[in-house]
Amino acid sequence: MSAVSPSRRAVLAGGGALVIGFSLHRSAVAQDAAAPAELPGDLAKEPLLDAWLRIGGGGDITVFTGKAELGQGLKTALVQLAAEELVVAPEMVRLITADTALTPNEGYTAGSHSMQDSGTAIRNAAAQARRLLVARAAGLLQLPAAKLQAKGGTVVAADGRRLGYGELVGNDLLHVKAAPQSTFIAAKRRRLIGEDVPRIDLPAKVAGGAAFVQDLRLPNMVHGRVVLPPAYSARLRSVDTAAASRLPGVLKIVEDGSRLAVIAETEPQAIRAMATLAASANWDEAPDLPDPANLFETLAALPAETVPVHDGPGDMPSGANVLEARYRRAYQMHGAIGPSCAIGLFDGDALTVWTHSQGVYPLRAALAQLCGLPLAKIRCIHREGAGCYGHNGADDAAADAALLAMALPARPVRVQWMREQEHTWEPYGSAMLVHVRGAVDALQHIVAWDYTVRSSAHATRPGGAGNLMPAWHRARPIAQPAPQPLPLPEGGGDRNAVPLYAIPRLRVMYDFIPAMPLRASALRGLGAYMNIFAIESFVDELAKAAGAGAIDFRLAHLADPRAKAVINTAAARFGWEGFFRAEGHGRGFAFARYKNLAAYLGLAVEVAVDHESGGVRLVRATAAVDAGEAINPDGIKNQIEGGILQAASWTLYESVRFDRSRILSRDWSSYPIMRFSQAPDAVEVHVLDQPGQPFLGTGEAAQGPIAAAIANAIADAVGVRMRDIPITPEQVKAAIGV
Amino acid sequence: MRARWIIAAIVLLPLLAATGYGIAAQYPLIDKLENAPPRSAFSRKLIADGARLAAIGGCHLCHTAPDGADFAGNRPIPTPFGTIYSTNITPAPGSGIGQWSEAAFARAMRAGISRTGRHQFPAFPYPHFARLSDADLHALYAFLMTRRPVETTQLPNRLLFPLNQRWLMTFWNILFFHPASSRRDPRHDAEWNRGAYLVAGLGHCGDCHTPRNLFGAEESGRKFAGGRGEGWTGPALPAAPTPWSTAQLFHYLRHGWDQTHGAAAGPMQAVAAGLGQADPADVRAIAAYLSSREPRTALPRGHSGNAEPAAGNRLGAALFAGACARCHAGGAPMLPPHGIDLRLSTAIAAADPRDAILTVLGGIRQPDGRAGPYMPGFADSFSDRQMAALLSFVRARYGGGPAWRGLASRVRALRQGRGQS
Amino acid sequence: MITLTVNGRTHRLEIEPATPLLYVLRGELGQNGAKFGCGFGECGACTVIVDGEPVFSCLLPAIAAAGRKITTVEGLGTPAKPSPLQAAFIAEQAAQCGYCTAGMITRAQALIDRNPSPSESEIRAWMEPNLCRCGTYLRIIRAVRRLAEAWAKAHPGAPEEASR
Ligand code: FES
Ligand code: FES
Repeated sequence: MSAVSPSRRAVLAGGGALVIGFSLHRSAVAQDAAAPAELPGDLAKEPLLDAWLRIGGGGDITVFTGKAELGQGLKTALVQLAAEELVVAPEMVRLITADTALTPNEGYTAGSHSMQDSGTAIRNAAAQARRLLVARAAGLLQLPAAKLQAKGGTVVAADGRRLGYGELVGNDLLHVKAAPQSTFIAAKRRRLIGEDVPRIDLPAKVAGGAAFVQDLRLPNMVHGRVVLPPAYSARLRSVDTAAASRLPGVLKIVEDGSRLAVIAETEPQAIRAMATLAASANWDEAPDLPDPANLFETLAALPAETVPVHDGPGDMPSGANVLEARYRRAYQMHGAIGPSCAIGLFDGDALTVWTHSQGVYPLRAALAQLCGLPLAKIRCIHREGAGCYGHNGADDAAADAALLAMALPARPVRVQWMREQEHTWEPYGSAMLVHVRGAVDALQHIVAWDYTVRSSAHATRPGGAGNLMPAWHRARPIAQPAPQPLPLPEGGGDRNAVPLYAIPRLRVMYDFIPAMPLRASALRGLGAYMNIFAIESFVDELAKAAGAGAIDFRLAHLADPRAKAVINTAAARFGWEGFFRAEGHGRGFAFARYKNLAAYLGLAVEVAVDHESGGVRLVRATAAVDAGEAINPDGIKNQIEGGILQAASWTLYESVRFDRSRILSRDWSSYPIMRFSQAPDAVEVHVLDQPGQPFLGTGEAAQGPIAAAIANAIADAVGVRMRDIPITPEQVKAAIGV
Repeated sequence: MRARWIIAAIVLLPLLAATGYGIAAQYPLIDKLENAPPRSAFSRKLIADGARLAAIGGCHLCHTAPDGADFAGNRPIPTPFGTIYSTNITPAPGSGIGQWSEAAFARAMRAGISRTGRHQFPAFPYPHFARLSDADLHALYAFLMTRRPVETTQLPNRLLFPLNQRWLMTFWNILFFHPASSRRDPRHDAEWNRGAYLVAGLGHCGDCHTPRNLFGAEESGRKFAGGRGEGWTGPALPAAPTPWSTAQLFHYLRHGWDQTHGAAAGPMQAVAAGLGQADPADVRAIAAYLSSREPRTALPRGHSGNAEPAAGNRLGAALFAGACARCHAGGAPMLPPHGIDLRLSTAIAAADPRDAILTVLGGIRQPDGRAGPYMPGFADSFSDRQMAALLSFVRARYGGGPAWRGLASRVRALRQGRGQS
Repeated sequence: MITLTVNGRTHRLEIEPATPLLYVLRGELGQNGAKFGCGFGECGACTVIVDGEPVFSCLLPAIAAAGRKITTVEGLGTPAKPSPLQAAFIAEQAAQCGYCTAGMITRAQALIDRNPSPSESEIRAWMEPNLCRCGTYLRIIRAVRRLAEAWAKAHPGAPEEASR
């Protein structure tokens, strides 16, 4: 096992200094004792330096993060930070990511928080560790600290004497609480921060290294497959397990209520047994899904809790030019390219699960409840999966692996979902409705804004086992707990529901629908995608009504210079002013600050609309982003560029199909996403670096703006306002007419 | 194939020349319009009707080049005589039909004579369009004259001499063009009659589904007995292993697939995509008419999926199990018509393996990334011999008729031809 | 007994002839490059090169691969010594999660092998069968173009491909 995972023993064996200080339960204890809130980033949750950073007797450096690599380049950025502040080469830093036995509990890797929370903690921890190392060297060498420099893993004196970090660290140097302030490496001495350091995870990924949870091969490993019910409502009526159990290689058939699964020696054997079992299963199902033809009417009619997001006067002043609009968004899926996968190993006493869940600690708690084991007997280790940015089937597959491992102790059980299982059972991004009224005056000012967004939950991640789908199907099921709206300021369906523009009369309401007609949870950006789409579309509508230009109108309602800077930069680099409007082409703009507290993004796009088919093509996009201090600019660009392409795909192509009982989007032909031929000609991202400023989450910053920019560009191209996502050719054609 | 045409032409040429050149010039030029009629000259409804009719006629299909502007022509149309480039039918005054009066348009559609009096080649299906009613022509004219005008440079056709001689069309027309307007058949209802009119006329279904003679003309006595389109079989209408009901055919024509007959492949995919935009009542009429016809060539109903006839073909069985079974065997997780039961497949039931080979080689995918039937192509996965083993297995197990012969060489030939069109 | 030649090495395997090559590579040979994405030939995550052609290994029965030259992403280079194309993917950061990447590289390699300097539109058309959820298409095109440009520079006499 040590080949695939650095076991705790292996990590600890290397560092004489650290064995004493660290214990499995300490993180939890530290969390309970209210940590001083003023500590930066997640140091506030976990203040001990050696929870983040350990140096072995041989000088080897290990950095710990509770966050997970999702393809956002997190590992590289964190190594950059640690290596910079410790003044070592990045290759000298070993990084351990989310693992309940080893790393701090940083909750979920979500909401574009990783750099803010973990990056900040690690940078401060590394800077403070450097200070401590230098101070101890100063003591040993009897020199003032100012005469010493940390460099390449040693502390060097002017007279040439040097001491290695390993010699200095002793057994308690870093086992101290962090201080609120750190001294970072001075800007002129920086080698890594702000540089496009190549991604440390890519060499393995381009050359067939074991990079993903799907690639883990444990000794004696066997393969599990699940048979999932054909519909949410389906309950197993009967099954004949005999044929499947006779197939070669089959080790176990699990029948537990409506939960069916197989374990076999090899993967093809497991798949064949799964198919045989599925063919022999009979289900009862009910037509309990909404009529897809009236989905939005159904959502509008469902009971909702109203959450005031920004309470203000909602009435429109008389005499102003009042506009009203409704925007809608279909259910959309994460659709990771690799179906969810996990490996479970139960040794008869303790359970280990390798998972691509975005939250190993919350998953551990849920598994404890699901499997009836104490927390201390479960270890969840993050391994990368296929990217999707959100709560997909990862946690459910982990639960499958855990249950199968419990059913076949002593052998690691690898479970991977089939494509159609991922498509039909993952929790989607909720369908949403927005109703907005706004007014502009003769001076081209927005004078009033009354906005209501309505949706189901945007977060049903495991907290308890009831959010793990396999729990619903067992003979003794655990029902899904009532979903809750996420609290502000980040919010769920109301994320980014408050416009950043200065509007004197402003009211924003969130109608939270506790019911979930289709299973829903966190999809990249949560409600921000829809809210920014609606807000930035409606701002264009108001600008048009006021006779103002899209750029000037936005600037006139903003005071924050950083907001203005991204708008001006994006417009200038796009060539907004001199734009040549070819037949059927148009330009569109959008701006948002993600969650109103993370990265700023200005975005201009050009689209082409085919008059005959109504097909829309994103031709090019130019973005300017301010993510605070940029650790790895190319990493930020990649995030924004990828976000633009992914959300353009949502906006133009994607909606989950279903009938009255089943999900019909079961593969890529029934749920098409953007392919090469539809990718834009060019996407340019300009990073406005803010040295010394806090890191601002970037990972989800582009999702909403791209949707609005596309709709605004369509309006510019062919004069029709598209308010429903996805913006299908049929809708556009119907709007532009023959 | 091509050689036959050339011989035919060479034999005929002196004969025709002797008959006299003069007849060719009998069509006058029709005066050009000063300005194309403005959009306001037509009602919205008329334009919309025209759009729905154009979708049945497939105007967009032939008159739009890949990556070209809508209706601006220059799409290469492969014919046995060489490649013809379609013309610009946008209302561009120079290269399009912007200067065409409705009379000129009607003559082109019905007689194959352009505004300037030149013959058109019957790759443009005027022998079918001759049946169009005045009302439908009027709507089509309104639709085309309100498209975006785009000036283009017409690409020259690449036809073999002497087949590039337009005046020859005079004789072709004399021999094979017998315009008839559709007459109502009182034994059938209005829907059926509308269907018959659309199938014979605007839909020009015979283009692909009726066999052609040596001169590229549809054989009048063998209407819908099965033809050829863009290298694919146009199966006999309405032959299939299971009879078509009107509802099934309607669904197939509107969506490009039907649960009991499978997915459209080859050129039929685009035809169905067009019919998806047509007036549903018209498509239902087409379905009603076609499904009422007695199949000329009944296709044998496939086997019961019994492995026995395929026994001995171990290679074919293994290839099917590894490459096809996840979708085409029982318990396939995919939606209809993915994984259609191959006993229902027209291509597998057909006497000629051509469409089956082409489908396995190239697969089925939707244009523009739309949702719909999908099958990957296996051209790069299997050798000719493997492809032959797979197809003979499928034929024996799921097809009803006698074994296909010479599969490997058919595969080789079609594989080579595939890259060209 | 089926004999497979993968990355120049011959393996004699006791496997069902119908087993898709993907499972043979991952299960029997312990390779990681080819990935399971859909098993329907819809995403290209499982792409390997067989006799020079990019093939979906999820739908290639082992028997059909026997006796043919199979190249996987492992056969192009190693994490320590990446091939030129693999190096170009790293240099352009042509990946986010990287799940699609091995399939992208194998498909692109088959193109480079037949046309060392493909244009952007040729790359797009060629790569169409492969899906990426993270939105890295443009970077993948850049990575392939990087090689194409390097080739064109090294072969100044060769006919210049139109870039787009
Ligand atoms: S896994 Fe083979 S194409 Fe998707
Ligand atoms: S990089 Fe994640 S799927 Fe392509």
